[in-house]
Order: sequence, then C-alpha cells, then structure tokens
Amino acid sequence: MASTAVATARETTTVIATGRGRDRSPGSLAFLIALWASLFFAVVVLLAIIISTAIDGAARFDGALFGNYLSGLFPETSGFRAGILGSMWLMLGTALLAVPLGIASALYLEEFANRNRWYNRLIELNLQNLAAVPAIVYGLLAVAAMSVLGFQSSGIVLGGSIALALLILPVVIITTREAVRAVPREIRDGSLALGATVWQTTWKQTLPSAIPGIATGTILGLSRAIGEAAPLLLVGVAVGIRFDPNGFLSAFTALPMQIYNQTSRPQEELQTAAAAAIIVLLVMILGMNALAIFIRNKFQRTW
Amino acid sequence: MKRTSIRRAIVPGIAALMLALTACGGGQTSDTGTDTEGVSGSVAVDGSSTVFPLSDAAAELLSGENPDIDVTVGEAGTGGGFEVFCQDQTDISDASRPIEEDEMATCEEAGVEYTELQVATDALTLVVHPDLAVDCLTIEQVIQLWEPKSDITNWSDLDPNFPDQEISLFGPGTDSGTYDYMAADVIGAESETTRDDYEASEDDNVLVQGVAGTEGATGYFGYTYYEENQDSLKALSVDSGNGCVEPSAETAADGTYTPLSRPLFIYVNNAKYTDNEATAAYVDFYIDNLAELAEATQFIPLNDEQYSETQSVLEGIGG
Amino acid sequence: MSLSSNGAAGSSSGAGLQRVSLKGKSRPGETVIKAVLFVAAMISVVTTIAIIITLIRPTIDFLGEASLVTFLTGTEWAPRSGEFGAIPLVKATFLITLISLLVAVPVGLGAAMYLSEYASPRVRKIFKPVLELLAGVPSVVYGFFAITLVTPFLLQDLLNIDVNFTNALAAGLVLGVMIVPTVASLSEDAMSAVPLALRQGSQAMGANKMQTTLRVVFPAALSGIAAAIVLGLSRAVGETMIVTLASGSLPNMSADPRDGMQAMTGYMATTAGGENPVGSLEYNTLFAIGLLLFVITLVINMISISLVRRFRQEY
Repeated sequence: MASTAVATARETTTVIATGRGRDRSPGSLAFLIALWASLFFAVVVLLAIIISTAIDGAARFDGALFGNYLSGLFPETSGFRAGILGSMWLMLGTALLAVPLGIASALYLEEFANRNRWYNRLIELNLQNLAAVPAIVYGLLAVAAMSVLGFQSSGIVLGGSIALALLILPVVIITTREAVRAVPREIRDGSLALGATVWQTTWKQTLPSAIPGIATGTILGLSRAIGEAAPLLLVGVAVGIRFDPNGFLSAFTALPMQIYNQTSRPQEELQTAAAAAIIVLLVMILGMNALAIFIRNKFQRTW
Repeated sequence: MKRTSIRRAIVPGIAALMLALTACGGGQTSDTGTDTEGVSGSVAVDGSSTVFPLSDAAAELLSGENPDIDVTVGEAGTGGGFEVFCQDQTDISDASRPIEEDEMATCEEAGVEYTELQVATDALTLVVHPDLAVDCLTIEQVIQLWEPKSDITNWSDLDPNFPDQEISLFGPGTDSGTYDYMAADVIGAESETTRDDYEASEDDNVLVQGVAGTEGATGYFGYTYYEENQDSLKALSVDSGNGCVEPSAETAADGTYTPLSRPLFIYVNNAKYTDNEATAAYVDFYIDNLAELAEATQFIPLNDEQYSETQSVLEGIGG
Repeated sequence: MSLSSNGAAGSSSGAGLQRVSLKGKSRPGETVIKAVLFVAAMISVVTTIAIIITLIRPTIDFLGEASLVTFLTGTEWAPRSGEFGAIPLVKATFLITLISLLVAVPVGLGAAMYLSEYASPRVRKIFKPVLELLAGVPSVVYGFFAITLVTPFLLQDLLNIDVNFTNALAAGLVLGVMIVPTVASLSEDAMSAVPLALRQGSQAMGANKMQTTLRVVFPAALSGIAAAIVLGLSRAVGETMIVTLASGSLPNMSADPRDGMQAMTGYMATTAGGENPVGSLEYNTLFAIGLLLFVITLVINMISISLVRRFRQEY
C-alpha cells in the first residue's frame, strides 16, 4: 500500500511536470472557475473594444491612412502619417530617457541604499505618490524643464519625451525594484562570498535575473505613454503637421492627439478614419509588447 | 443633405484648381495672387480648437502649393494659445474670443505687437430632438431657458402652446468658448454663467448624440455640428424682434441671425510677419483664400464688408 | 580570495578573529557608480519638488482670493460663480476609484492567480501579452467605449439600471477594466517569483492547489501584490480622459453612482484646454485642485506603505 508520503510525492511530481493538478473537490473547482472567469472577463472586454472599433474603422484600412497627412478638406483620405511617425520617435525618446534612469534608480534603492536612512524611505514614498499624479501635470513640468534647458519652444520630440519619461518613470522604477527584490538572496550572497563587489554582483547576477520583470514594467509604461494626449497638448505639441519628424529636436505630433482631434470633428469620414487609426495604435502597442515579450522569455528564470 | 452635396462639389473644385496650378510650372500664384514661390521656413500656429479646422485647412492647402513651408497648428485652447503667443513663441494665435485685458498686458510686457484679423463667424445653433413640435424661440425665451437658476423644466413652462414635455438639457462645459459666449453675450448674466443642471460635455459630438437620442431634449453648439447632423436634429429659429430667423451661413453672415453669431479671429505677431517670409506667406495665403477655406470646412464665411475690413487690416501690418 | 575587514574600529588582531564584512570591499569605481545611481534615484525626488513648486505658486495666488477653509470643506464647486468648495470633486474621485477597485482587484488577482498557478506555460505566454494589450488601449478609447457602449447597452439595456447619460458607474467600471492589467501583470510576476520550494513544501504537507495558492503563494507574494494594487489605485485616481468623458462635467454632492459627477482630474482636464486666460482665478483653480490631489494620494500612499511593510515576507 502506498503511504501518504509516496502518494503525495507522486501527485506533486505530476503537478510540477505537467502543470496540471488533479483536485476535484467542489471548492477547488469553484475557485478555478472563478479565476478562469476573471481572465475571461478581461479578454472579453478587450475583444469588445477592439472589434467595435475595428468595425467602425473598417472602411479606412487603406494605404492612405498611413501615407497621407490629416485632411479637413478631403476627409475621405485623411491620413495619420505624421502621428504614426511622430509617436514612434516619441516612444524611442521616452524609452531612452526612462529605462536607464529607471533601472539606475531602482538598483540604487534596492542594492546600495541603506533602507533605514530617512531619505531613502522618502524616495520610496515619493515614487508611489508620483504614480498617481495626473498626466497633465507632467506636461507642465516638461515645459519648465525645456525652458531650463534653454529651448524656445517645447513642442518638439525632446519635450514630449521628457513629459512622458517622467510620467512612466515611477512605474519603471517600482516594477524594476520588485523584480530585483524577487531575486533570491542566495544568488547575491554567493556572488559576494566569492569576492565580487556589490556592483559586480548587481551587474552580472542580479540585474540579468531581473530582466523579465523589468521588461514587464517597461511594456506597461510605454504602452501607457503611447496613448497619452493631454500632457502633450500642454507641452505645446501641435496636431496639424504636414511633414515627417527628422530628429529629437523636430516639431511633431502624436497619434493619440490626432485621433482625439478627428473624433471631435463633426464630419463622419473623420470619425471613421479615427477608428481605423485607433486600431493602428493598438497594433503599434502590440509590436512593442511583442518585442518586450521576446526579451522577457529569453531571460526568464525560475528558481 | 442637399446643401452638403453642393458644398462637396466645391472641394473637388479646389482640388482641380490646385492640380491646375501645380501643373503649370514655375511662378505659381493662387487664383487671388499670393505668390509663395521659393519661400521656405516654419510657422507656428496655436490656440482655439474651434478655429483649428480653418487654420489647419489653410496649412493643408498651402502645403499642397508650397511644401517647403512647414506650418504646425496646435489646439491648446484660446487661453493657452495667447499664453504662448505673448511669450513670443508662436507666430499666430487662433482665438474664438477677443484678447482679454490681462493677456494684452502680458503681450505688452513681452514687447509682442499683434494684429487682430477676423476670419470667420460661428453661429451658435440651438437644436432640439427632431420630433419636438417647437420651431422658434424668442430671445427672451432662450434667456429664460438657460439663465442661472432657471426653473423651467417643461416646454409648456416657456409657452403654454408648446408641448407638455419635460426638457432635457445638453450643452458645452464651463470652459468652452461656446459656453462663455452664451453666458456672457447672449444671456448677459452678471455672473457670466448659465444654469448648471444640464448634461455637459466638451465633445460636441457627444452632445449631438444626446440630443438626437432623448425625447424633448435641447442643446446648443456651433453651427458646423448641426450641419453635419441635419438628419438627426432640428435647429430652432430665433426671434430677436424681427421674426423667426433660421440659422444658416447666409443669415449668420449678413447679421440677421443675432445675437447668436460670434466672430472668430487670428492674431498675427507683427514682428514675425515682417521678419519671417513664411509667416507672411501663410497669412497672406490664408486671407486670400478665406472664402474657399470657410466653405470647404463648413465655417460661416465673412460677408463682403467684414472681408474687406480684414483685408485692409492685413495690408496695414508691417507698414 | 581575500578576507576584508571593516576599518580599524575595535578589531581584535591579537586573537586572530576578524570581523568579516561582505560590504567592506570597495574600489574607487564602486563609489562613483554608487554616486551615479544615487543621482538617478534623486531625479524622482527632484520631480516631486518640481511638481510641488509648479503647483504651489498659482495655488497661493488662488488662496489669496478664496479661503482655504471653504476650499477644503465647501460643498459647492462653481468657480465662475465664486463657489470654491472642492468636496464635490473629491467625493466623485473617491467614488469612481472605489468602483474601479471593486472591479480591478478581484479580476486582476484572479487572472494573475490563474496565469501563475494553473495555466500551462503556453497559455501563460499567450494571455499575459493579451492582458498587457488592455493596458495599451488609449484612455480616450475607453472613455468613448463607456459612453457609446457601456452606458447605453450594458447598463441601460442589458442590466436595466436607470443611469444618467453620463454616470459614475460607467466611468468606474471602465476605469477598473483599464487598471486590471496593472494589477494582474505585476501580481502575476510577484507570484511567479515565489520559489517552487515553497509550493512543493506545501503540497508535500498534503495541501491541494487552491490551499497552496491562497495560503502559501499569495502571502509570500503579498509585497508585490500590494505594490500592484497600490499602483493600480494611483493610476485610477490620476486618470483623466475616462472620467471626463464618461462621468461628465457637472460637480455635485450626489453619492449615487448612477448620476454624473465631475471628478478632480476631469475638472483639471477641461480647465487646462479651455478658454480661460492663463493666470486668471479660474485658471488657478486647476493648480489648487492638482495640489489637493497630490496631497490626498500622498496620504493614501503613506498609509499603504506602512501597512505593506508590516506584512512583507522575505524568503
């Protein structure tokens, strides 16, 4: 007769090997169904949004959407070329600012800072608070920052990048911290015991292990940033642009700003174009997500 | 619907004109004589989102003729537009109201001299649900309906001959220029507010949806939004003492649809006009083609008198 | 391999015992790096200071003409008529955020638990990105979704609730859906990072999957989960477009989610892009409300941090 230990061992091995449990108790089933329903609910809502938008925009999935600029005179061929390119530049700028800064801050707070010093605790409180600040306020900050840096006009890619980088910095820092925190102590201690410095340990051991979490945080951050319009409006980013951006100091426009403009115009063709542009925006986000997922899966480790 | 198709014919007309012009080769001028050949540079325009479609259309038309002039058009709001204009950061400020005293002072401090040009008219249109049997309101009734602390809740309160139907109110939020105009210029209340128990939205399309979908509903917004939705809304005529006047491009332009028409402006930075050839080109082009632009974007164009006024003011810049 | 000793303080050289400190070994480069990282971390502090400065000056102007007491306790908000009581806006923000959390926390945690504990790696690989896509839908789209689909179809037709054209319920529901990815994704990361050993130990003791998930994994990941929820809460409080569009522009004291009500961020959005001259009293209310929002979230975060610290597990 198999003892409890052996039976449980078999059970556990099956669970670990196949990821599937064999509970059949009603409580467990109800729990499982509740969990599954949560996931299902979220997915269903997403599909509802995407499908209803796609239906609205169906008539405008054409080349002109990408090739043309906004047109009030010819609404049937109004295109979002300036917004699409502008948002790409903007995301690049935002990532270049937010990711290194975010990782550096998080590493400092987790690996180097003495948790008991009051100023380090202040920083921690600070970060969580910053995540709640409405995006508009970051627009105001970016204007101030740009004038400090000596720029006449702040409606350029750099200005928008500063606003959005500041916006997503708290998210990047917080998620990186959680990711770094999740790396088991043994890894760090082992490295230090072998004579590595704290920095070497961080750079070669802790950080690579935390990359999946960092990737998640960056995805969340950039996905949010790409859809923001209100702070950019305050920064002075224009909506009517008929040339392609050519650098970080170029005037530009962002896709969500153009979308918002077109949806509030009365002409129905512009509404249709805007719906199509929303789908384009979601596809761009999907692309960014895919890139980050690739990074995440490549570096995934289980303990 | 009939009117829109006539207007739609104008746009291909402009297109044909543009094609003909660009196909002609060097030394292009528009049909009214603005020569933008060889001009390049950038022009920064910002301000009212009401005026935006017009200024943006001018930029679009110009870019077809001369792609070397880079015009950026923003919509930070009339107040936001004046703020950056008076910091010498933009060349042109779009405005749905005249510049105010505090803003004038800021401009003066910064040494920014400007010129005000009226470019179009906006007609505030009162709309109701299409099934409602009300066609005309006197100005007194409009004021009674929308004044602060108004207690009118049923159409028959306004006039016993009106249907016995509860009123649902829709309108722009308190930060909209349209609201401002209704409160200060139409109702003339000292507090510069209207009643506050109505459905507010910043997006006029939402208001259209609301009025069209609610029995007994009424709302107000710019004429363009009514014109695009004529088959789902009914516009009220307004009687300011000379009989019921229907809102239309003609009645707004010739002044009979009053007091619900308000002027729309652009403010031009004088120094930038004289120093930046791109700015001069854009403004000249804008004013020269004003009539076609207004028609194409369904704005109410200036009448002849207003147009010649604007033209002569323009000539005075940089003099 | 060399042992390092930490300074000369009190080391007993004679007895041959030396205190070994793992942190003692450093090179000059190390200090530089630490300084660089410190500067990076200070950026967040600089940002906060900048925010406070940006918000405080116009607020002081504002308070010069309106009383602070009225601002904090008054129940009527109509700046154009001289009414500066902010309670209606604060109340609306709280109500809408509460509704959104009621949606986001169960759904988010549920989805996270499923993905982390029950789903096969393949399912996880598909659904985690799908969830993250939800985070990318621009808030403008969510706002329109609330007005054009949630209010007419879901609430009025399907569930037959007598809601207003703009209402707090639709805003809260849609806002909740928007922050589900934040809660779910971060909670899922936190739960996945719980070492297998803990799960195995639990199951070796005879617990089934549900018990393991609820009693072992969940508490072990609590720090990360709490961070996820607080982040979601912060996001909900600061969200602008959804509440502006779905909940309307009319401040009032109603506690009924079926009514429309203007939230703090909604007011900020409409004032910022509006026709008010910059520098006017009405325009300054934008900054006053912004500062109030900042202070409120500061208090919430202080409370939540101290709670989390008490319950965090280290393993």
